[in-house]
Amino acid sequence: MKYMLIMRSTDEAKKEYQSRPFEEILEAMGAYNESLIKAGVLLGGDGLADDMTDNFVVDFSTDTPVVTDGPYGETHELFNGFWIIQVGSKEEAAEWASRVPLGPGSKIEVRRVTEMSDFADYADTPAMKQEAAWRAERGEQLA
Amino acid sequence: MTDVKRTLDALWRIEGARIVATLARVTGDLGLAEDLAQEAVADALVQWPESGVPRNGAAWLTTVAKRKAIDGWRRRERLDERYRAMGHELESGPAGEGMAADAWEPIDDDILRLIFTACHPVLSREGQIALTLRIVGGLTTEEIARMFLVPVATVQQRIVRAKKTLSAANVPFEVPDPSEWRERLSAVLGAIYLIFTEGYAATSGDRWIRNDLANEALRLGRILAELVPREPEAHALVALMEFQASRFAARVDREGAPILLAEQDRSRWDRTQIGRAQAALDRADAAGRGRGPYALQAAIAECHATAPSVTGTNWERIVLLYEALGRIAPNPVVELNRAAAVSMATGPASALLIVDQLADEGALRGSHLLPSVRGELLARLGRLEEARSEFATAAALTLNSRQRDVLLAKAAAL
Repeated sequence: MKYMLIMRSTDEAKKEYQSRPFEEILEAMGAYNESLIKAGVLLGGDGLADDMTDNFVVDFSTDTPVVTDGPYGETHELFNGFWIIQVGSKEEAAEWASRVPLGPGSKIEVRRVTEMSDFADYADTPAMKQEAAWRAERGEQLA
Repeated sequence: MTDVKRTLDALWRIEGARIVATLARVTGDLGLAEDLAQEAVADALVQWPESGVPRNGAAWLTTVAKRKAIDGWRRRERLDERYRAMGHELESGPAGEGMAADAWEPIDDDILRLIFTACHPVLSREGQIALTLRIVGGLTTEEIARMFLVPVATVQQRIVRAKKTLSAANVPFEVPDPSEWRERLSAVLGAIYLIFTEGYAATSGDRWIRNDLANEALRLGRILAELVPREPEAHALVALMEFQASRFAARVDREGAPILLAEQDRSRWDRTQIGRAQAALDRADAAGRGRGPYALQAAIAECHATAPSVTGTNWERIVLLYEALGRIAPNPVVELNRAAAVSMATGPASALLIVDQLADEGALRGSHLLPSVRGELLARLGRLEEARSEFATAAALTLNSRQRDVLLAKAAAL
């Protein structure tokens, strides 16, 4: 089972974050990442920039999609990083998520990553066939 | 299952190996260490629903297990140096129930010792696998039994016997000497790969792929590669397993029947996983010590993983890689695979010569592999009657019902 651990923070979390030395945060995150690697469960992950000049939101609330500055400009709720892990159970994913070294106001959203088997019932639909063809194309480029 | 039980299971999967390793270091006895840890887990099952799950569960379990060790020694009046050192450590920690909550710093080398001890050559392969899955992987006896389709009692027996063997042979809990390093590492890699291959193509039963087993082997392989980062074959084994696992989604149909390489929908291969496999193979090559058996097999798997189709596969390169593999690790299965690659590169006739040579030597007698490849080659040469008979022989020899169906279908299609 693959899970995505999504890091989210709020204004409160951001304030708390800024009050701590950045080296300390880096060190704690590094130690956490190391523990994932050493347990053989880490498949990937990255942080996301929170520089507002590079980020934006596409809003579908009107007839034509509108590009606005963001993300989530009003609440400042950010999705600022993720990990992909492979574990044996939902509880194991929860245990790893609860070990992320984050302060108050932060949240880790845990989502199971779908696999091809989740869509087995739709494998014969045109959309899924096309998706499969695109994946094949990407694969050929890889070679 | 209660929440506490589930939390404890998850904690055990993550920290179990380190807990047992720490206990094995202080007691010098892997079997005893595992028993103590299990007793501590049993205590936690009773106490945690009342007291709540402690902030540092692993430290709690380790401390409780160490106390049990001391109690045991006390009862047997073996108040030796070891006990005094450990007793002092525990007594100088936080008093009362404050179970040394933050004193949990396992040593990475302990995990390496654990892996080497669980895969000690004095144990049978079955024993190595059972101990590795149970103690390093943190799987329960029931889980291991379910994975290998054997009764729980059989797994229990294997574990008990393995622990007794280690103790009777006075196997120390240690990382082997440089002089023994190569042989011992190859036993460890072999045990992990056996767990994987059982997941990749089950030898018996009605399921062809066991994702759970394959994933567990991958996890163990990644742990090992991280512990011995300068050993190219550890990275190469991870690469090989990642390449093979990348094809899982395409290897069985919705009913669970196997789909062979030629018919696989390559768009269903996991590209991210192929990327990880290539990165692992690069790490193996970066050691600059040439390619060993796992690296060569990974390189062959890479040829398949990056080919657009069966006909678009670089079969000449695969033949060369099999030749190299045959030189450093001669083995009839490698020869048979080389024959299959030769048939793709230069035709079935030259491949049949290799297979017949193997048959003359009496290699692989009793295995379905040789007659199934021979049947394939004969069919391509138009010798249908002989091909049919080879497929029938192969079908009678395999223990996996899915495999048998494939072979019988091939015979019927001729």
